[in-house]
Amino acid sequence: MVIASEFPPGVDSFNFADWIPGLPKGALTTVTFIVFLGVGLIILGFMLAYRNPKLVPTRGQWIAESLYGFVRNGIVKDIIGPEGLRFAPYFASLFSFILLMNVFAIIPMFQISPNSHIAFPAVLAMLSWFFYNWVGIRKHGFWKYIKNSCIPTGTPIGMYPIIVPIEFLSNLILRPVTLAVRLFANMFAGHMILLVFILGGVTLLNSESIFLKAVSPVSFLMAIVMTFFEFFVQLLQAYVFTLLTAVYVQGSLADEH
Amino acid sequence: MNIAAGDDSTGIIIPAWSEVIVGTIAFALLCFVLMKFVFPKMEETFKARVDAIEGGIERANKAQEEANALLEQYRQQLAEARTAAAQIREEARADAHGIRADILAKAEEDRDRILTAGRDQLAANRQQLIRELRGEIGELSVELAGRIVGESLADQARQSGTVERFLTDLDAEPAGRA
Repeated sequence: MVIASEFPPGVDSFNFADWIPGLPKGALTTVTFIVFLGVGLIILGFMLAYRNPKLVPTRGQWIAESLYGFVRNGIVKDIIGPEGLRFAPYFASLFSFILLMNVFAIIPMFQISPNSHIAFPAVLAMLSWFFYNWVGIRKHGFWKYIKNSCIPTGTPIGMYPIIVPIEFLSNLILRPVTLAVRLFANMFAGHMILLVFILGGVTLLNSESIFLKAVSPVSFLMAIVMTFFEFFVQLLQAYVFTLLTAVYVQGSLADEH
Repeated sequence: MNIAAGDDSTGIIIPAWSEVIVGTIAFALLCFVLMKFVFPKMEETFKARVDAIEGGIERANKAQEEANALLEQYRQQLAEARTAAAQIREEARADAHGIRADILAKAEEDRDRILTAGRDQLAANRQQLIRELRGEIGELSVELAGRIVGESLADQARQSGTVERFLTDLDAEPAGRA
């Protein structure tokens, strides 16, 4: 876990060395290790909490149920409706994956979120894209789905040349891009902010001037404040990604756009 | 050190293929396990919980209904018992009335009988008394007459007429008064 220690932090701060040089580049680094660790932790946590479910839940079971219930009732049921409950397990998996990956950004010893590498948000966003398109095509048929997606109801025919390309681009092409970039950029920026304050504090402490040394605690204090703020952003982004996917699925299932 | 595809700063927006593969595998694994082994069980638990709660409510309702039916039955029985008690009281009262009337009637009858018997007895006694008195008076009269005769024979004729008249009068008088 060699984190770039030079100030100011840059794009290179997000690059991690391969653990085993023989493997393909980037296949086993701190980031991919965190991904597998996170997946293992989620699986282990859920399996342990739910190995012996009871009607009156134990603490662990209750926590696991609350997490699933939050996504199931708070996102899927509210946005898509009862029709979408069959998708709840996917949304819950998605939410717990993003959430833990995000939170790794502030877990000591790791302090990097895999989601600050665009590859992971991109994978999730592409899955969401396949998901909502597949659901829509299955329900309405291919052409009707495309028509629903591109032509909002009540659009005057004269507006079609303008509206149709815009709707097509935004609904069918750009949605996965915005999903991925939103999550990636938030995590990237969050990590960058923490690096700025922490590495900045170190640099200030090491500086020649006594005044600059004295300022360094402020920088460290800001790092702590920003850590709390980042935690909030991480929760929010996990929620937003899941919520938007649910909104897209709901739009695909709706009879009219 | 550069994982992102490009060596310059634009590289951060280009996904690294190795990471795409890692992310896909890891997320697929997560989805597979959670969607197959965990969340369906949760749904089952939720359903069982709802069933348990609804079943409990249903059982409670049933018990409530039973209790209500029982209460109604008891109330009815109580009302019946009250009616029966009132009826019994009424009958008893009527009986008491009847018995009293009977006793009174019997007492009156007894009284009348005793009175009649007393009166008869009295009349009989009187008759007997009269008869005895009449006999005695006759004897007394005869005795008296004998004495009178013994003392004054001279007036014998007159005397015998007097006795006879006296006797006749005596005979006639008490018979008329009795």
